[in-house]
Amino acid sequence: MRHRKRGRKLGRNPAHRKAMLRNMANSLFLHGRIVTTVAKAKELRPFAERLITLARRGTVHARRLVIARLGKQPIPPDHPDHGRYRNIVHKLFAEIAPRYIDRPGGYTRIIKIAKRRLGDAGELAMIALVEESIAESRERNANRRGRRRAAEAEAEVEAPEPQGEQTEEGAETAAVQAESREKPAATESPSEAAEEGEKEKKG
Amino acid sequence: MAVPKRRTSRSKQGKRRSHLRMTPPNVDFCRRCSRPVPSHRACPHCGYYGDRKVLPVEEKE
Repeated sequence: MRHRKRGRKLGRNPAHRKAMLRNMANSLFLHGRIVTTVAKAKELRPFAERLITLARRGTVHARRLVIARLGKQPIPPDHPDHGRYRNIVHKLFAEIAPRYIDRPGGYTRIIKIAKRRLGDAGELAMIALVEESIAESRERNANRRGRRRAAEAEAEVEAPEPQGEQTEEGAETAAVQAESREKPAATESPSEAAEEGEKEKKG
Repeated sequence: MAVPKRRTSRSKQGKRRSHLRMTPPNVDFCRRCSRPVPSHRACPHCGYYGDRKVLPVEEKE
């Protein structure tokens, strides 16, 4: 039985799996985002995030631990970071880890892609280093919670009305909100009339 | 060796198959461009997931 046995084997033997994780982590740190299968992305996440957490320490010991797991892969000559960093571990310590000093884990984001893999139609996902700052993330999460509550209140008020046109309007205002999230207070306005006005100002 | 005594009648066969059906794919509509998108997937048309996040490539008009 495989009860409580963690991790996916991904159809590989241990050495192959380890090498693949190392490759994927190097690619992720080099490019910032990579597209793989959902299963591989989910396996990569803890591996890569642990490396970032290690790199945040910045000590020689941490660096050696990271090198033990990642190796010292050079940055290819056609990459913009070539010449800026000695190797990928250097980039991780000098550029990536400092960005996440205040972030309590969760440095990567996995987003599923509609496109399927050619051949076996495997489900694809993009795994990317989170680019926004921790403050931006917190603000967005607060806004999302507020928006959900506002939507629920609205639904209660207008429950008996037909939904067809309204959902389309909702989609439009959502798009507008996405474009104008510098002004969170204004876009959170509870009445639709206010949101319409906001839209016209933008347009 | 165990062997069926009777050939399955068309009626029996049909009853057995009455539960076989295909399910339609789960489709949402993109909040940004309103085009159909498989649920829990980034919109392949505009590259958005939910209200935010330009994801992969942005093809545009």
